[in-house]
Amino acid sequence: MINTKDILETINMIDNENLDIRTITMGISLLSCAGDDIERSADKVYDKITRSAEKLVVTGEEIERTYGIPIINKRVSVTPIAMLSAASGGDPVKYARAMDRAAKELGVNFIGGYSALVHKGFSSGDRELISSIPEALSETEFVCSSVNVGSTKAGINMDAVAMMGDAVVSAARLTADRNSIGAAKLVVFMNAPEDNPFMAGAFHGPGEPDLVVNVGVSGPGVVRAAVAKCPGANLSTIADVIKKTAFKITRMGQLVGTVASEKLGVPFGIVDLSLAPTPAVGDSVAHILEEMGLETCGVPGTTAALALLNDAVKKGGVMASSHVGGLSGAFIPVSEDAGMIDAARSGVLTIEKLEAMTAVCSVGLDMIIVPGDISPATVSAIIADEAAIGMVNSKTTAVRVIPAIGKNVGDELEFGGLLGSGPVMRVNDAGSSEVFIRRGGRIPAPLQSLKN
Amino acid sequence: MKAVITVIGHDTVGILAKVSSACAEKGANILDVTQSVMRDMFTMIMLIDIDGLTSDFSELSSSLEKLGEQIGMKVHVMHEDIFNSMHRI
Repeated sequence: MINTKDILETINMIDNENLDIRTITMGISLLSCAGDDIERSADKVYDKITRSAEKLVVTGEEIERTYGIPIINKRVSVTPIAMLSAASGGDPVKYARAMDRAAKELGVNFIGGYSALVHKGFSSGDRELISSIPEALSETEFVCSSVNVGSTKAGINMDAVAMMGDAVVSAARLTADRNSIGAAKLVVFMNAPEDNPFMAGAFHGPGEPDLVVNVGVSGPGVVRAAVAKCPGANLSTIADVIKKTAFKITRMGQLVGTVASEKLGVPFGIVDLSLAPTPAVGDSVAHILEEMGLETCGVPGTTAALALLNDAVKKGGVMASSHVGGLSGAFIPVSEDAGMIDAARSGVLTIEKLEAMTAVCSVGLDMIIVPGDISPATVSAIIADEAAIGMVNSKTTAVRVIPAIGKNVGDELEFGGLLGSGPVMRVNDAGSSEVFIRRGGRIPAPLQSLKN
Repeated sequence: MKAVITVIGHDTVGILAKVSSACAEKGANILDVTQSVMRDMFTMIMLIDIDGLTSDFSELSSSLEKLGEQIGMKVHVMHEDIFNSMHRI
């Protein structure tokens, strides 16, 4: 029989330490829906999504019941819509409406892929799609959008960076009556992965199969509890403990992904080895760092502690899964992490520190609430800085900042649910970045891109 | 296929009997049972064969969870693969 201690450990992780599968995301290629008539194309998009993912939610719920493990989100990602828009022309928001209707019909909580990949330049349909993002996000409930503005191989498309500053601010303005939520559903990427199951940045890359199932695991609470059991241990021991815990968490993700793939008859893609926090108490990445010995997340030492955590999660997880992908690492979304929210509120955690932290962890400046009167050029400049970190370090980085329209430093914004809440953080706007951003052009790819 | 039932809570009379009869009702064959009582905290782990179930698995787990609520215990019913995956290489 299975060891009693192991059984009780698993149950304790689920009941008391918020262990869960964060998301099962089905990737659906929409390339077969492309055509020159946008109405017909949008109908095909709705049909293909609802047909392909018809059983996604019930299958997820069945797996939850069989294995006793909560699966928090069931989601869908699709081919970047700019590719369909290139073929059909017309107003791309029609595709967003079709995606939204499909998401509602399926019962998924987000659908990602209102996206464009413009790291080297714009092709037909890309500019139209980017310009339509604010309207698409304000008109829909479930649609998420992302734009890849650079890669280590291609450099940074600064024209796209300039456009995205405008898009972020407009998305917030158009949804000012709903806590500027439009901007919370929009991610600007550098080195975007094509198989990421997490929102808002999930899309189904052009190199992916027709259909695929990807799984994102979570478990910051489990890691924190494991670290808490080692008072006085040195950091080598802490790294080992995190590795072992990450292994167990990831094995669970691998099992759920394999079973979901069998039941749905869709190939299994990857497990995303991520520590994704939620605003719930006991599910915070910041609290893991604090458990390691930092009084508050954001004090000197935070970047080093995060580097250790991120690396140990990957090392533990990689052997537990046959295919690893997506973003894989620790997430640091401020408004979705109880410890980060407290640290930001107290002023210890600043945007500058978060920027440094993104050099050693999974994603980037994520779910950061900034003053509503921020200029689009400043948002673009933040995106450019973050993209440069990703480009030079050959890693994914991203920016998801939310200009809180009508609010300023000291105010709070409340999204509710998994998106959480948080204080408006101070942005260093002592001088303007306008002239730099308006230059446009491309920042050339760095030397480290020349590996061939 | 096998599943694991765990029952955790304050010790009372008849826990094993109630869980066993709920299993029998649904056609689950009990293969192994371990239990311990520390102070008055009761922990029971039961391995069952679910190949001969007369209902589907989720019905068995919801009826056992309901029974747990009635007797004030926390009951989990989980497919054994989750433990094998997490704790064995």
